[in-house]
Amino acid sequence: MVCADSDDQIPFAALLEDSLEDLYDNAPCGYLSTLLDGQIAKINATLLGWLGYRREELVGRRRFADLLTVGGRIYHETHFAPLLRMQGEISGIALELKAADGTRLPVLVTSTVRTGGDGQPLLIRTTIFDARDRRAYETELLRARQESERERGRLQRLTTSLQRTLLPPVLPPVPGLEVAAHYHIASLDEVGGDFYDLFPLAAGTWGLFLGDVRGKGAAAAAVTSLVRYTLRAAAVYDPDPAAVLANLNTVLCTEYRDYEPRFCTVIFGLLTPDADAGGFTLALASGGHPPALLLRADGTVASLSTPGGQLIGVLPDARISTTRGRLAAGDTLLLYTDGLTEARTAGAGQRRYGDDALFDLAAGLAPTTAAATVDTLVGLLNGFGDGLDDDTAILALSVPAEGRRRPST
Amino acid sequence: MITGREGAPVVMLAHGFGCDQNMWRLVVPALAREFTVVLFDHVGAGRSDLSAWNPRRYATLDGYAEDVVEICTELAVGPVTFVGHSVSSMIGVLAAARRPELFARLVLLTPSPCYLEDGDYHGGFSAADIDELLASLESNYLGWSATMAPVIMGNPDRPELGEELTNSFCRTDPDIARSFARATFLSDNRADLGRVRVPTLVVECSNDAIAPTGVGAFVQASIPGSELVTLTATGHCPQLSAPEATAAAIVAFAGTGR
Repeated sequence: MVCADSDDQIPFAALLEDSLEDLYDNAPCGYLSTLLDGQIAKINATLLGWLGYRREELVGRRRFADLLTVGGRIYHETHFAPLLRMQGEISGIALELKAADGTRLPVLVTSTVRTGGDGQPLLIRTTIFDARDRRAYETELLRARQESERERGRLQRLTTSLQRTLLPPVLPPVPGLEVAAHYHIASLDEVGGDFYDLFPLAAGTWGLFLGDVRGKGAAAAAVTSLVRYTLRAAAVYDPDPAAVLANLNTVLCTEYRDYEPRFCTVIFGLLTPDADAGGFTLALASGGHPPALLLRADGTVASLSTPGGQLIGVLPDARISTTRGRLAAGDTLLLYTDGLTEARTAGAGQRRYGDDALFDLAAGLAPTTAAATVDTLVGLLNGFGDGLDDDTAILALSVPAEGRRRPST
Repeated sequence: MITGREGAPVVMLAHGFGCDQNMWRLVVPALAREFTVVLFDHVGAGRSDLSAWNPRRYATLDGYAEDVVEICTELAVGPVTFVGHSVSSMIGVLAAARRPELFARLVLLTPSPCYLEDGDYHGGFSAADIDELLASLESNYLGWSATMAPVIMGNPDRPELGEELTNSFCRTDPDIARSFARATFLSDNRADLGRVRVPTLVVECSNDAIAPTGVGAFVQASIPGSELVTLTATGHCPQLSAPEATAAAIVAFAGTGR
């Protein structure tokens, strides 16, 4: 088939008749061949034009690195040249060339080592692409990334300080009681929803609580804050644990009546020194929280279960379950959030750690102390690695065993 | 990594700024015939444990020198011949000044005690040049991201993961590279050279873009009793550009029974 205008078209053959030399010299990228020591052996017209040099000024007289900025030369010596030597090629390295008039040309450089028949390296071939537009774009990307890294740092600092305000900076010393706590933060970017506290009430009694607000982040932190202050205020008003949690339930239900409900699980406890028998009597109330464990001086472990307790903040008349106990010399009380028992264990199946495993661990520890219990659990948490994806709060209290009781102050 | 002849004198190879122990690949076979060869990556480089890096300890070369002392102490193989390339030569000088009993000899490969120009001393660079280097590092780290870091660095037990990424042995976390660049190029260890009491060999290249002519002679003149060998080689890495000559210089010096 003959096209009507075929006579007007220059045949491909004629188009391609340009010599290889012309292809090399006037290619749309820079070509450079150097000896292994970098001495320029051949350079194309395109690159000479970019740089503003005459061929005889460079060939046999300058090295490739001489064309780079000083910083680029260091990068060339410490990264580019070693990699090229080891890999035989290197591609897409960002460098800046210095033109004869001192201007700088951002380029992308790719080099390969040409070897002889015996595999010995002979010379280095380099292609150079003008990267001015791309560099401007990359500079913008870099700026955006630095900005986002700065913002992320700021967010993490903010999260950390917010988290700190939601936890007691140090637990107060309680006469006749050893206390220890640990908080594992699952994410640096979000405030966790677990909380605990221990504080003095009237007549030598002490209040304590530990709980878990559902959710994370700023919204959960606001609830955590409200929960903490409500619990402390309510305990002053009426320290009976069931009354304290009932108060909290009313506050949460009222506060979030018109919004998405915000709820938590929590254990509240009241410790009263037992003047006659020593140690403390313990009253606990729970709203849907995993049971506290009592690691006794005689080596047995009891789960202080509070069956039927309901989440706090959902129903106006949430059922709050209570239990009583004694914390005698050598006994340790352990409260924790479900981040601990819900952690996935390493190994086959990635099972949840579970309540039974924790109970068995406690049985192995008893009799023990608050500090030793928390130490062991911190080791356990660290061992979970990535399997621990939720915040976890641990609070332990122990009455020093007979014979090692410290003088109360 | 330890290789070479068991029971032979120990040569410890320390890589410089930029890459990792792979830099020694071409000289290790020759050295392994004569010596027990100890290779390691500085913290933050190669397959080192990134979590061991902290900005304060590694803000100056002293932190790296302490690491060398720790490695020597832990190896407990008696005094070693320490071969330090580039910045590691000064790390070796600091370590040997601190604990001379751990070092039988020092080989300083293309050393520079100070990269900055300072009056009559010609280190070769200005502070602006070093800033340019930092910018150069930055623009070549665009492909780096926090998600790639564990792939490259975090799998010491599975090196094949890292090897699939070309250029990986010269890559590290940009923050660490920046910090190491500063510690390297802004340090001035000229005063430390005189404290070296260990037999020392200075090896320079005839044409080195990083340690200019004259710096090798300065180092040799400053370390009492040291020797200077000038290799006819271009560049800052003679262990790559002239591996035979480099290995021969190390063997000749470290093999002598002094």
